[in-house]
Amino acid sequence: MAVTAGHGAKRRRPSSGFGLGVAMFLPAVIYVLLLVGVPFAMAFVYAFSDARIGSGGDHFVGFDNFASVLENPAFRKALGNSFIFTISSQILVLVGSTALALALKDKFRGRGFVRFLILLPWVAPISLGAIGWKWILDSIYSVVNWVLVALHLVKPFNRPMWLGQPTLAMISVILVHTWRLLPFSTVIILAGLTALPRDIPEAAAVDGAGFWRTLFEITLPMLRPILNVAMLFGIIFTFTDMIVVYVMTAGGPYDSTQVLPSLAFFTGIQGSDLAAGAAISIFLVPLLAVVAYLMLRMAHRAEVT
Amino acid sequence: MAIVETRAVTKVFKAGTLGAVNDVDLVTEEGEFLVFLGPSGSGKTTLLRMIAGLEVPTSGDILIGGEVVNDLTPRERRIAMVFQSYALYPHLTVYKNIAFPLKAQGVPRDQHKKKVEWASGLLSIDHLLQRKPRELSGGERQRVAVARAIVREPSVFLLDEPLSNLDAKLRASARAELEQFHRRVGTTTIYVTHDQVEAMAMGDRVVVLHKGVVRQIGTPKQVYDDPADTFVATFLGSPPMNLLDNGDVIVGFRPEHLVPAALAPSAAIKLTLKISNVEYLGSEWIVYGRPEGDRAPDKIVISRLPTADLTIGTSHDFAVAEHHLRFFDKASEKRTTARALSWP
Repeated sequence: MAVTAGHGAKRRRPSSGFGLGVAMFLPAVIYVLLLVGVPFAMAFVYAFSDARIGSGGDHFVGFDNFASVLENPAFRKALGNSFIFTISSQILVLVGSTALALALKDKFRGRGFVRFLILLPWVAPISLGAIGWKWILDSIYSVVNWVLVALHLVKPFNRPMWLGQPTLAMISVILVHTWRLLPFSTVIILAGLTALPRDIPEAAAVDGAGFWRTLFEITLPMLRPILNVAMLFGIIFTFTDMIVVYVMTAGGPYDSTQVLPSLAFFTGIQGSDLAAGAAISIFLVPLLAVVAYLMLRMAHRAEVT
Repeated sequence: MAIVETRAVTKVFKAGTLGAVNDVDLVTEEGEFLVFLGPSGSGKTTLLRMIAGLEVPTSGDILIGGEVVNDLTPRERRIAMVFQSYALYPHLTVYKNIAFPLKAQGVPRDQHKKKVEWASGLLSIDHLLQRKPRELSGGERQRVAVARAIVREPSVFLLDEPLSNLDAKLRASARAELEQFHRRVGTTTIYVTHDQVEAMAMGDRVVVLHKGVVRQIGTPKQVYDDPADTFVATFLGSPPMNLLDNGDVIVGFRPEHLVPAALAPSAAIKLTLKISNVEYLGSEWIVYGRPEGDRAPDKIVISRLPTADLTIGTSHDFAVAEHHLRFFDKASEKRTTARALSWP
């Protein structure tokens, strides 16, 4: 066959393969360029301009937008909130998903069903989930309060306003965001756990280690690359996400749950100050770039070891 | 040190199927090196894991030092185990790997250094203490695994095919080291292997397992010279024992006992073989031949000779001394008493 195929066919084959490769690759490239690359570049352009919705005047204003944004107390509040929101939800997600993954690792009756239930928050559209939580935590119809009252844990006339009091509102959005990220993190850690050689925990058992020692000195250190990936992914995802805050509190009360992405949206789109919104939204880019770099390095390390 | 005993131990993984281990009774002697030998799937590793406490017996009792340990965790059994993969902790240095059992068992911290140095010195790995497992060769990993197992001076030492991941040359030297090591520490040791050479060389006694059943327990000499059944007869020895049907018995003899007729004593069974193949292995020759006449005509009979100048296709007279013949019952395949042969 090689003989009859001849010279031309042989030479053509790599080039046609290359064309096909480009064709397959192109939609993804176009998608990323148009929907991520262009807006990202526009955000940089706007951040250094005086652009507002409706006015065409795009003058270069240097770092003026950043300077005025930094003066703004709402921005400072949102910056602090972003860190609180991200760090506390990530701690909760890591602890919770590690515990869940450990519980779901071993076989038991109905494990498949439980795994499915835990994955649900990830599969369901997040806005739906957040609206559900908004009702669960509603000031009048809250089922949580109803239960608390029925159990006589709170008085009927002094019920907590989950989304109406600054601290409670922050706790609520953190918990809902945790609820939402938990499945993804659990799946990553579960995959890491099942990939650990089975005889290592057995060796630890024979060596005399109990559950906690095996967990903290053997299992978790061995899972570290995986945990790092899960955590860094969660950090980026949380820093840049506003859905839970937007749906549940719209940043309120009094900006007490405002985070940078939601503030950027309210300032730039709803407040029509595109330039300030852009400045806010790219404020975290340097920080996130470092996180993304670390994440890629960790992912690579996880692959090697 | 302690004696390990199993009483009617059975492990069934899936109800309704044949057990991986069936009704195994055995008792080690104090300080003995006992080898579980069997092909893969014979249940030897499962049996070891039940002794270690990593697997729960379906029925039966396991005793260590006279005490029933069925409900004790591995940590409470005071055993140490070397895994086939060594199962070193990849994120810890060699030092920390060896010190881990001490830490886990609550040995005071100030004694760790001394004990780790003792164990690593015994296995000559003291220069590797600061390395991570991935920086070690296979042989070094195996020694670290042994050092980690002995560091807290266990009462019983379990080894699951610890040499199977080493190359042939290293395996021989590591085997010799393990033997010496056992002589020095004298801990009761149970060693699992599928390699009959390892079993014969190392074991004080060998437990031959097949399909979860103990076929024979005995010294290497006993299991080799006086196999209890045809499985043991053919599993041990390479090439295996020749087995020929003769009426209601099976007659067996080792290839090295089938010699040219001129060299055999007078009380011998003669066999004329048409040579079908000859292999030269350096120190010996393996000769394959078909018996002529009606003595098991389709059977290939193997002879193992120090020298052989035989041409394929020619016929030669061979003979086996009568005292080398072993007899097995044809129905049960178990060893039976010697009797006169009905060969012409």
